[in-house]
Amino acid sequence: MSAAEMSAVATAPAVRRPPVVSTRFLRSELGMVFGRRRNLAILAVLAGIPIVIAIAIKVTAPVNDGRDGPPFLFSITANGIFVALTALTVVLPLFLPLAVAVVAGESVAGEASLGTLRYLLVVPVSRTRLLAVKYAGALAYCLAAAFIVAVVGTLMGALLFPIGPVTLLSGTQVSYGAGLARLLLVALYIAAMMAGLAAIGLFVSTLTESAIAAMATTAVLAVLSQVLNQVPQLDWLAPWLFSHYWLDYGDLLRDPIATGAVTKGLAATAAYVLIFGSLAWSRITTKDVSS
Amino acid sequence: MTARSLEPAVPQQGAAGSAVSGPAPRLDPDATAVTTTGLAKRFRGGQLAVAGIDLLVPHGAVYGFLGPNGSGKTTTIRMLLGLVSPTAGSHTLLGRSMPAGAAQVLPRVGALVEGPAFHPYLSGRANLARLDAADRTADPATARRRIDTALDRVGLTAAAKKRYRAYSLGMRQRLGIAAALLQPRELLVLDEPTNGLDPQGTREVRTLVQELASDGVTVLISSHLLSEVEQICTHVGVMHVGKLVAQGTLDELRRSQQPRVAVETTAPAAAVRALAELGLTPGPIEGRHVTAALGEAEPEKVLAALVHAGVPVRQFTLDEAGLEDVFVALTGEGFDVSG
Repeated sequence: MSAAEMSAVATAPAVRRPPVVSTRFLRSELGMVFGRRRNLAILAVLAGIPIVIAIAIKVTAPVNDGRDGPPFLFSITANGIFVALTALTVVLPLFLPLAVAVVAGESVAGEASLGTLRYLLVVPVSRTRLLAVKYAGALAYCLAAAFIVAVVGTLMGALLFPIGPVTLLSGTQVSYGAGLARLLLVALYIAAMMAGLAAIGLFVSTLTESAIAAMATTAVLAVLSQVLNQVPQLDWLAPWLFSHYWLDYGDLLRDPIATGAVTKGLAATAAYVLIFGSLAWSRITTKDVSS
Repeated sequence: MTARSLEPAVPQQGAAGSAVSGPAPRLDPDATAVTTTGLAKRFRGGQLAVAGIDLLVPHGAVYGFLGPNGSGKTTTIRMLLGLVSPTAGSHTLLGRSMPAGAAQVLPRVGALVEGPAFHPYLSGRANLARLDAADRTADPATARRRIDTALDRVGLTAAAKKRYRAYSLGMRQRLGIAAALLQPRELLVLDEPTNGLDPQGTREVRTLVQELASDGVTVLISSHLLSEVEQICTHVGVMHVGKLVAQGTLDELRRSQQPRVAVETTAPAAAVRALAELGLTPGPIEGRHVTAALGEAEPEKVLAALVHAGVPVRQFTLDEAGLEDVFVALTGEGFDVSG
């Protein structure tokens, strides 16, 4: 740098007025979330599940002998769209929550453990904005995770099985296109359910400087909530558990759509997002960053 | 720089005990880059990491923030930047009250806090781009050029595409400095910037700081090694167990330590008497050696008086304190960790 340039730098310290809305940091965060090999590997594993299901059914052609199996499993040979629905049902209890727990748990704790949190804060990034961007990154991952299963499932179903009018749970038949629209709703509902878990993970992530601890805690909470939901003695507790409404996406496959449980599920998730988002906010805006 | 006189350069005495010579200092926050008033931090465990310090860094100064490891320098820097909230006191950066003014002030402040920290799986360049993207005041149109310039200034252009994971400690430190230089800054806060650098790298950082300072950038540079900052500082502040035990210009600090005379003689008792008659207060006799603070006396006259009194002088030396001695006298230790 020449002397002239240097003095120009020093005498022009006027700070650029920040734009009202800037998506640069958000885009950078999305790049971080979706650029990380680990996160991509998790998405690849999720994408592998509908592939495995489709191939297994194609090869073995199971008969419905009354034994337990995932719902929709026996409809697959009749209509490929059920590969996607079966795969979503399979990933919902464990794989999907694990994937979300990894990204949400890492969000703040990962930056804290690397020490990059302090450098983001002195940039400066306001702590509220940091939290919002981190949560947005986790939300995008929830959506991507649910959609990759749905999309790969649909493609595998179309590839290996017949497609055509879809028979809904209520017995009515709708066109394949209308069936895909229902599948889209299901994927959105499941992503929304994961958003609740992501908010919990975000809060846990503000409590610790260990990303692994935050991920593990979030995953354990997801499993614990589902286990408690199954205990008959705890029926009074069940409606308050964040996983209570996860499986109610089946109501979206009725004609007309049964909105009761689904609406409750969305409301409960919104409440969880609000509560844990506020907790995360109050934690991150007051904590001493000494990592 | 008139924050505090340096006269009682005694550890533990700190802020309260110092007499201020001359008119009372006027603290005009607009004329200072950093001002703290009674800034203190007590951690939840009860440990008082910073015990109410009044830091004053004038505009355009290169302020050496010295102290042994664990003396509270980094906690102070974290408080200055709003990372840690003080338990008492207040401070301003570039004339604005913190942390309220953080959004306005921090874009004008470049910082290296307790070593570099970056994402290991991203390249050096990608890491800088990430920080730049987070800065709402940064112009995306000039990002590439600014990142190139910053990398170039710290000599990392060749390694820009390497993953941070593969960087040596010195390269990491350089990248940290590059991050502080992404935007034109008015204040640089550099916490131990030469840590992990080889002598050549240390020299380069020193030159860089001098360049920036000559452009009018105020620099607060912390170190536990006096020798690293002595050559470039205009001002120093010395921390010891959470207290700011001295602060002033380099010359003020040097003057605060009085030169001493040392006499080697076969008649030490006679030497002590002769020195006492001159008004000096000699220290205890150690074998054949007697020393005394010189005070206002002229060393030539002291020697003449000794000879006149019949003291058989073998050796007569004048010890002028180096900054290192001042530093050791202030902190009571060299490079040990203070708990």
